[in-house]
Amino acid sequence: MINLTPLASPPKNSRRARNGTPAFNKSFHTLLRAIIIVFAILATWQGLIVVFDLPSFILPTPLSVLDRLFVRHDVLMRHSWVTAQEIVLGLLLGLSMGLFFALQMLLFKPVKRWLLPILIASQAIPVFAIAPVLMLWLDYGIASKVVMAAIIIFFPVTTCCYDGLSNTPKGFLDLAHTMQASRWQQLIHIQLPAALPALASGIRVAVVIAPIGAVAGEWVGSSAGLGYLMLQANARMMIDDMFAALFILSLLSVVLYFATDFALKKAIPWEH
Amino acid sequence: MSNAPLGLSIQQASLHYHGADKATLDKLSMEIPPGEWTCLLGRSGSGKTSLLRYLAGLLDDKVDWHGEVKCSDGLPFQHRIAYMAQQDLLLPWLSVEDNVCLSYRFNKQGVSDEVRNKALSLLESVGLLDVRKALPQTLSGGMRQRVALARTLMQDKPFVLMDEPFSALDAVTRHKLQRLSYTLLKNKTVVLITHDPQEAVRLAGRLYILTNSPAQAESLALPKLFPPRELDPESAHVQQQIFHRLEQDND
Repeated sequence: MINLTPLASPPKNSRRARNGTPAFNKSFHTLLRAIIIVFAILATWQGLIVVFDLPSFILPTPLSVLDRLFVRHDVLMRHSWVTAQEIVLGLLLGLSMGLFFALQMLLFKPVKRWLLPILIASQAIPVFAIAPVLMLWLDYGIASKVVMAAIIIFFPVTTCCYDGLSNTPKGFLDLAHTMQASRWQQLIHIQLPAALPALASGIRVAVVIAPIGAVAGEWVGSSAGLGYLMLQANARMMIDDMFAALFILSLLSVVLYFATDFALKKAIPWEH
Repeated sequence: MSNAPLGLSIQQASLHYHGADKATLDKLSMEIPPGEWTCLLGRSGSGKTSLLRYLAGLLDDKVDWHGEVKCSDGLPFQHRIAYMAQQDLLLPWLSVEDNVCLSYRFNKQGVSDEVRNKALSLLESVGLLDVRKALPQTLSGGMRQRVALARTLMQDKPFVLMDEPFSALDAVTRHKLQRLSYTLLKNKTVVLITHDPQEAVRLAGRLYILTNSPAQAESLALPKLFPPRELDPESAHVQQQIFHRLEQDND
């Protein structure tokens, strides 16, 4: 038996930040940064109203919006739940479609030549232009908004996933080949895991833009959702209600992004 | 099947990349003795890596090959090699232990308890049992190459093809790893590509220099001591000869 001393030790405490600050301090700084950002936005907002003497039907004060958030919380929550479902289901559909088509393009090279123009066309046509058609085909319910959200994320997810799959380090594939791995085994054990960091980038983009698809769908035709609520509030000059809905939508997107980012970092620790 | 080491004979080998103007190897012949390290040296682009990659089955659809590759037991050479590259090629999403067991994910046997026990025993022999659950990116370059060595041993193939596996390491780590590899790969027939004459002289049981273009293999006499050799006047003299021969080929 050969007695070896380790040439280097792995980091003993991975929860410690690089400069030696404990993880708690890092989280505290992140929270502090978020509070400062929110405070700066609110101060700028209030400052604009004071400086330009803006009436409440043009720009309501942060306090009046906060008041609407409390008073109409039940209505806001009901509509937020609808929009949240549209976003999450749209993400699931778009991600599944993106992964499926990326795999098709990887496994069957001619599919790429046929599919690429369709992919590009799906991005060239604005979602607002196809929204009325989707309402016609899928009705005014949740399905048309789910499809809108899926369409808007389809391209970034497919391209990121395809890039990840087709750029697997050659050495990994060579090694698997010398171990007599079949094409299928190479895909499952090497290419798919190697593509996860690229797919994660696609997912991060997708969670940010999926709400755009869902809300755009609600604007074109719906009976529920934050987009619907904003449209109704705007028509009735209830600008503070509109801002309250807008605030919830922003919060939803931010929470979704950071929750996704956190989950991806946990699931793909080798990404960075 | 007998566990006796196997030799390999390459006769009149020519290798021509599809679309290339001229052949990379031409009428190359070499004998790779069983259970020893055969080191291949040559300037960059001389065809050493092409030869190794062909033997590893990585160029089948990219080159025209003529010549004979014969194992000493008369059985086919394919599927009886383990490959170790310059990069450790550890999969970043698998733990050290799972990386060592990688080849078993591709065969019907799968990663059984018996396989895991064997992997742990190999990790112990390379001094890395305590980091078996760690991900590769938490390890140093030397540790990663030791995991790659354990993965190669795990395959338990009679032939081990090594493409400059120590070149990216610092001098001390390289020296330690050469000794460790030599000890653990006892009874394996190893083909090592290297740019380092000192490494070649230290480890080689047979040494070839690839010269000319298209390349041919030229055998060089080695010191009388058995490998792994320490640096002594005789080894230094052979190293000087190698440098001289490589410089001649470069001119």
